[in-house]
Amino acid sequence: MSWFKRQKSGILTSTEEKKETPEGLWHKCSRCKYICLSEEHAANLWVCPECQFHDRIGSAQYFKILFDDNKYTVIAPNLQSADPLNFKDTKPYKDRLRQAMESTGLKDAMEAAYGKLSGKPVTIACMDFEFIGGSMGSVVGEKIVRSVDHCLRYKKPLIIISKSGGARMMEAPFSLMQMARTSAKLKELAEKHIPYISVLTNPTTGGVTASFAMLGDLNIAEPEALIGFAGPRVVKETIKRDLPEGFQTSEFVLETGFLDKIVPRKQLKPFLHEVLTMLTANVK
Amino acid sequence: MNYLDFEEPLRQLTEERERMAELAASTGISAADTLQSIDEKIEQLTRDIYSQLTAWQKVQVSRHPDRPYVLAYMTALSEGSFIELHGDRGVKDDKAMVGGLGMVEGQPVMFVGQQKGINAKMRMIRRFGMANPEGYRKALRLMRLAEKFNIPVCCLIDTPGAYPGLEAEERGQGEAIARNIYEMFGLRVPIVVFIIGEGASGGALGIGVGDRVYMLQYTWYSVISPESCSSILWRSWDFKEKAAEALKLTADDMLALGLVDGVVPEPLGGAHRKPEEAFAQVKKTLLEALQDLRRIKPEKLVAQRREKFLKMAVYLEK
Ligand SMILES: [Zn+2]
Repeated sequence: MSWFKRQKSGILTSTEEKKETPEGLWHKCSRCKYICLSEEHAANLWVCPECQFHDRIGSAQYFKILFDDNKYTVIAPNLQSADPLNFKDTKPYKDRLRQAMESTGLKDAMEAAYGKLSGKPVTIACMDFEFIGGSMGSVVGEKIVRSVDHCLRYKKPLIIISKSGGARMMEAPFSLMQMARTSAKLKELAEKHIPYISVLTNPTTGGVTASFAMLGDLNIAEPEALIGFAGPRVVKETIKRDLPEGFQTSEFVLETGFLDKIVPRKQLKPFLHEVLTMLTANVK
Repeated sequence: MNYLDFEEPLRQLTEERERMAELAASTGISAADTLQSIDEKIEQLTRDIYSQLTAWQKVQVSRHPDRPYVLAYMTALSEGSFIELHGDRGVKDDKAMVGGLGMVEGQPVMFVGQQKGINAKMRMIRRFGMANPEGYRKALRLMRLAEKFNIPVCCLIDTPGAYPGLEAEERGQGEAIARNIYEMFGLRVPIVVFIIGEGASGGALGIGVGDRVYMLQYTWYSVISPESCSSILWRSWDFKEKAAEALKLTADDMLALGLVDGVVPEPLGGAHRKPEEAFAQVKKTLLEALQDLRRIKPEKLVAQRREKFLKMAVYLEK
């Protein structure tokens, strides 16, 4: 389900509203039900003006938010899954991939690009949850590898925006090994004193949390995002009681010591610019 | 001896042998020829069953309750010299992750690995081999200690996954695993990894970055267990056999995919039938690997380790 589709369904639930609100023109907050013009919502970076709920958005929106004048060059745009296991569950993985490509217009769950952020050259890799739950397979791993290579070559800071249900089960062992590949590359980046900022957004779980998302020089998150290794349902089954209020939210993860800061989307660009400026000031 | 469902004919035959032996003992009539013939049948039947195990059956063998666990390997490989070391120096001593020093054929080795419990009480204490973040941090502490004194590391993996508990989340399970993987890519001593039972997901990989990675013959290694995969992708627990096949999680599959370096043969019928044989095979493989790896300079060792894992991807670009 993509963000604009959800926007529509929110509006189409009531026939009364339907008459007054032409499709896509209005946005209804999925949390507080506040209605505003879709245009206004987008101008507010897809954050509810009333309750500050951060709607889930994709790589195209993040690139628009972060790159100056929405100008950027895509890294490795033609990567796609090769279905190395010829995997089939209730349907073939190849069919799932095709459907995901058709419904999202994307080739996999991550886009990477370089450009300028408030004048500062950066590389940004951003996950797309709409593509098979933002799951990590070989393509996601390779996008990160190529992004790091670009950063190493031009000494550019790296920003990765995570949003993932975890592993791409249909690429089973290859999916697992992307945790190793991405970590190996980030180690190389660190050795060259090039900053890497990890931005965790709703949701970031499983193998993504247990690899690149937690390895930033700074780990920052959007407010109220779900962040964890095991999903809340699994934790609940393990402990056999209800989870405490706010468990595995950004605020909880900040409090337990695994995030540097919670940064609302509207402050993301200036924040990144400020910290990257400081982190790189004394490095040749 | 516990028997798995597909070993039923083997159980029957073994019981028959026991009855025969008892009868012979009580009557004083020699049954040596009959017993020998049954022994031969048992061996042939074991061979037949074990030569055509399905992926799911291998998963069952990997979890066999009589199978030797990690501490048994550490003790056997270091010939009684094993010194268990405890604690992550932060929170506590995680009983699901064990480690320590031992002398293997005259050279010190730092062992780390997940330990399953050997009885009901210990299974609870060791959480069935599911480590908490402090377990991964303890493993990393021991690996760094080894690095400081130029001692190679041997990781023995046997886990159904990292522990998915409330405190594990509070103490950063994701960060602990990520940190281990990341730091293992910088460790300047040889790392040899063995999957001796179950190798599930990030919980396994958290101590799984090695210059050499071997799987014992009847073990599995994947991103998820066949049961969980079945429940998520098939939305039912009934497709674990299918999931086990689809995941390509056996030692032979993983070797064919180029994701592990070798398969260590197990005694006929699995490691639990003749643990000493399994220990000897692992020891031999470890010593051979160390002989190669100790010749490589640390910088090159680290670079080769990274290169090896960086190749582990399959994609199209068009
Ligand atoms: Zn709202």
